[in-house]
Amino acid sequence: MDEAKRLVELIPRLRRYARALVGERSSADDLVQDTLERAWAKLHLYRRGTDLRAWLFTVMHNVHVNRVRATRSSDPLEEEMPELAQRGTQSDALLVRDLDRAVARLPADQRAVLLLVTLEEMSYEQVARTLGIPIGTVMSRLSRAREKLRAMMLGQSPSAKLTLVK
Amino acid sequence: MNELPVSEADLQAYADGRLPEERRSAVEAWLAARPEEAERVTAYRRLAHEVRAAYETMLSDPVPARLARAASPRPQWRRMAVAAGWVVLGIAIGAPVGWHVRPERTVTQLVPDNAVIARRAAIAHATYSPEVRHPVEVGADDEQHLIAWLSKRVGVKLRAPKLEEAGMSLVGGRLLPGDNGPVAQFMYQSQNGRRLTLYVRTEASRNRETAFRYARENNVGVFYWIDREVGYALASADLSKDELLRLANLVYKKLEP
Repeated sequence: MDEAKRLVELIPRLRRYARALVGERSSADDLVQDTLERAWAKLHLYRRGTDLRAWLFTVMHNVHVNRVRATRSSDPLEEEMPELAQRGTQSDALLVRDLDRAVARLPADQRAVLLLVTLEEMSYEQVARTLGIPIGTVMSRLSRAREKLRAMMLGQSPSAKLTLVK
Repeated sequence: MNELPVSEADLQAYADGRLPEERRSAVEAWLAARPEEAERVTAYRRLAHEVRAAYETMLSDPVPARLARAASPRPQWRRMAVAAGWVVLGIAIGAPVGWHVRPERTVTQLVPDNAVIARRAAIAHATYSPEVRHPVEVGADDEQHLIAWLSKRVGVKLRAPKLEEAGMSLVGGRLLPGDNGPVAQFMYQSQNGRRLTLYVRTEASRNRETAFRYARENNVGVFYWIDREVGYALASADLSKDELLRLANLVYKKLEP
């Protein structure tokens, strides 16, 4: 069965997205596992010939949303966070760590959009379909996510930047 | 004069390189007059690159057995495991016996060291060769930059052999994370869209040469060899073993100093 093969091929990409989305490897793999199991259970709903990757990411999104809801984990990302280390003296490894932390601090909705666009290189339309949101929302979340990330990586808080502008 | 309004969405699409030509020039003109905005867009591009680089290792990370199992349907999971091949259980090249009785193990533990390159190359091939929009990071139209950049990161002087006589032209290349440091992947394509990737990495143990070896990882065929300090793996899912061998010989010949 072709889907089985494709499913296996897509595991590394699901893991990459999940790792960036949930911020920690073993919970990321938990999410991927739940996604794969759900995908098998729902495979009859997948329309052959359509984009299996997009379908799988939609499944993952739904699983993720349900998990977050179930654990009632508050989104820690809207909290004020201390500043990240100063740039300039950093090694690559530190940059990766800081980026990872900055990504984790984005609001979950914005993070999902940013990662699907950046890591999966999905078109904006695909992102809209995958997350079940209008394309205008995709664009505004993308814009906000990027601005926050940029501000964090500059070592300043996005809200400080906003007050400057207003 | 008659400047079209540029929206925030335009800027995002511009940062992602997704604007059609005519719109792109309009945005470029708009940005040229606004250095602060231009700087912001440049930062978005840089961040996108950095975010991709930050999570790239996940793509070559050995897939845990529990995920491989979850990707197989329960009732006929054994049959599917055979079909799904290396990621599911890790068929060791040269040691294919007994793989199906140890489903708990991950791939790396079963694969002899010198075959790891074949598996890595096959995974990288399976990941990037189906890409339509972004098969490579740097295209062949910027070959000089591509070679200089990858040589610098991989740490050896690289060359992308010319394979036109075998009907394959260079699409471009990308940098990948490897076990001992960065790895280069060159992608080639024939006129009818068949793809071939050359995976090049430095080898820890120097002054070693090996004959061509062949491995088949899932549906990806790989010829691999080591030539002094550099390991090569030529992978394709679209070519027969004979075709791939001919190309491996050609690559080897072209890479002779």
